[in-house]
Amino acid sequence: MSVRGFAVQQVLVTERLDIRAEYYTAITVDRAARTVMLIISDAGGMDIEDIAAQQPEKIRRFTLAGADEQDSTKSLTQWLSESFPDRMLLDQATDIVQNMYRLLRDKDCLLVEINPLALTGDGQLVAADAKIVFDDNGLAKHADIACLRNPEEYTADELEAKDAGLAFVSLSGEIGCIVNGAGLAMAMMDGIKLAGGNPANFLDVGGSSSPQKVLAAMRILLRNSRLKVILVNIFGGITRCDDVAQGVLMARDELDINVPIVIRLRGTNEEKGRSMLSNAGMIVAHRTADAIRGAVNYAYGEPQQ
Amino acid sequence: MSILINERTKVIVQGITGRDGSFHAEAMLKYGTKVVGGVTPGKGGRTVCTLPVFDTVKEAVDQTGAQCSAIFVPAAFAPDAIREAADGGISLIVCITDGIPVLTMVDLYHELKRKHVRMIGPNCPGIISPGKCKVGIMPDFIHKPGGIGVISRSGTLTYEVVYDLSGKNLGQSTCIGIGGDPIIGTGFVDLLEMFENDDDTDAIVLIGEIGGEDEEKAASFIKTSVRKKVVSFISGRTAPPEKRMGHAGAIISGRKGGVEAKVKALRQAGVVVVDRPDQIRDLL
Repeated sequence: MSVRGFAVQQVLVTERLDIRAEYYTAITVDRAARTVMLIISDAGGMDIEDIAAQQPEKIRRFTLAGADEQDSTKSLTQWLSESFPDRMLLDQATDIVQNMYRLLRDKDCLLVEINPLALTGDGQLVAADAKIVFDDNGLAKHADIACLRNPEEYTADELEAKDAGLAFVSLSGEIGCIVNGAGLAMAMMDGIKLAGGNPANFLDVGGSSSPQKVLAAMRILLRNSRLKVILVNIFGGITRCDDVAQGVLMARDELDINVPIVIRLRGTNEEKGRSMLSNAGMIVAHRTADAIRGAVNYAYGEPQQ
Repeated sequence: MSILINERTKVIVQGITGRDGSFHAEAMLKYGTKVVGGVTPGKGGRTVCTLPVFDTVKEAVDQTGAQCSAIFVPAAFAPDAIREAADGGISLIVCITDGIPVLTMVDLYHELKRKHVRMIGPNCPGIISPGKCKVGIMPDFIHKPGGIGVISRSGTLTYEVVYDLSGKNLGQSTCIGIGGDPIIGTGFVDLLEMFENDDDTDAIVLIGEIGGEDEEKAASFIKTSVRKKVVSFISGRTAPPEKRMGHAGAIISGRKGGVEAKVKALRQAGVVVVDRPDQIRDLL
């Protein structure tokens, strides 16, 4: 049996609940307000984004941390009593919210969500489903959470990229991208699209790029059967262009490369990197726009005039 | 003039005995920055690139009169280093370190605000006022002194734009990489206000990306309070929703944070928004 392309390995069997009402409950970081926000709605069990868009009055928010002092006029219990007027329910809800907040803080979560928080026939609030998002930046502190990572949720490419210290996301196009810096990488993907092409991936080789990182990046890209061209774009700050050139030359020696490679180098040790590649018979572009045009032409043929 | 830093700014480096700290302390000194010392707890009394090392920020500030600190310590110790800088008398913190958890940044943001201490970053390349002072890790040779103020959420994309500007003799008053994390010390709006009030800045370049609402906030501020020309590029049109693209900040959430909404808001505020970064220099 498979669901959305994933083979089912285990089945979770739970008690059937006698549900009388469903609440949405979540604690998350509000990026724009720079606060930690509690969100409660009595229209739980459904897609919260739809409710927020269509019936915003059904969503209640309470700032748990980061509020300017004059904002916190009510205590949490006072605020919760408006969603749970019944004393028994209020006590349970306060307990649940406090535990959710403790979990968020103790384990560096970006989201702790219970949806639905079910009210059962015997007056109990029960977490019928839940979702927790952990902050990657917090995992170093929480070995007990980091070990829960399931390698089966990642493709072989993503795991290899992770091991090599590369940020990699697979996409549906034909132009393989190797770039240093996430902003430059995203800008180049946008440029490819604008020139009529489609990126095969996002790949950021990171700040201090060694030749081995470039080699690993090439190996991952070449496994993609849709790949028609590889486009390397480097602006050397801490990254040295000669290191990148060496990685490209190593890849040419060690890997079976059956697609054209378009390279653009600029910045630290640019001349050295450029001459290493031109000595090996490769042409290096100066401008990103030229490199993108070259790659699009290789991938899809010269544009019809 | 320039904003945030100039030829008189005295700078210390927290984490100066580390690999990155010592390398960039030397590079900043070479550029002409008044680096006056460094801090590594337990290593006071040593010397790194002719600079005295202190055990605490307070000692360093008392003895050198430093106003600015560049933080290079690893993520696990960076929050303490930031707090120590704020309590030790530093008024401008530039945090290069990446990997600080979001919740920690929520707390730090409000703490620094209460203490009236400004922070640029974390997870950023830093600040440079070309020809005067550099506090950060950017390749300084691509910059030229001049009248363009640059604010960006990215690193290498900023270098690309600055290289283009310098090539066309469009020098820069100050360039600031504000960092790619979801919660950062200083956003676009405060810096736009400083550039607007800086006599030596003629025009402003704003480089944004998908995620968050900082570009939208910048647009409403520009509409009411910025008369100088602003040219902008927003990256991430092709980024798939809900995928992390390296920057923790580059996540599309709901309908807000997408490139289209940001471009629309900026254009309505009179900002010239370009499709490709290499068009910026032709529109200034």
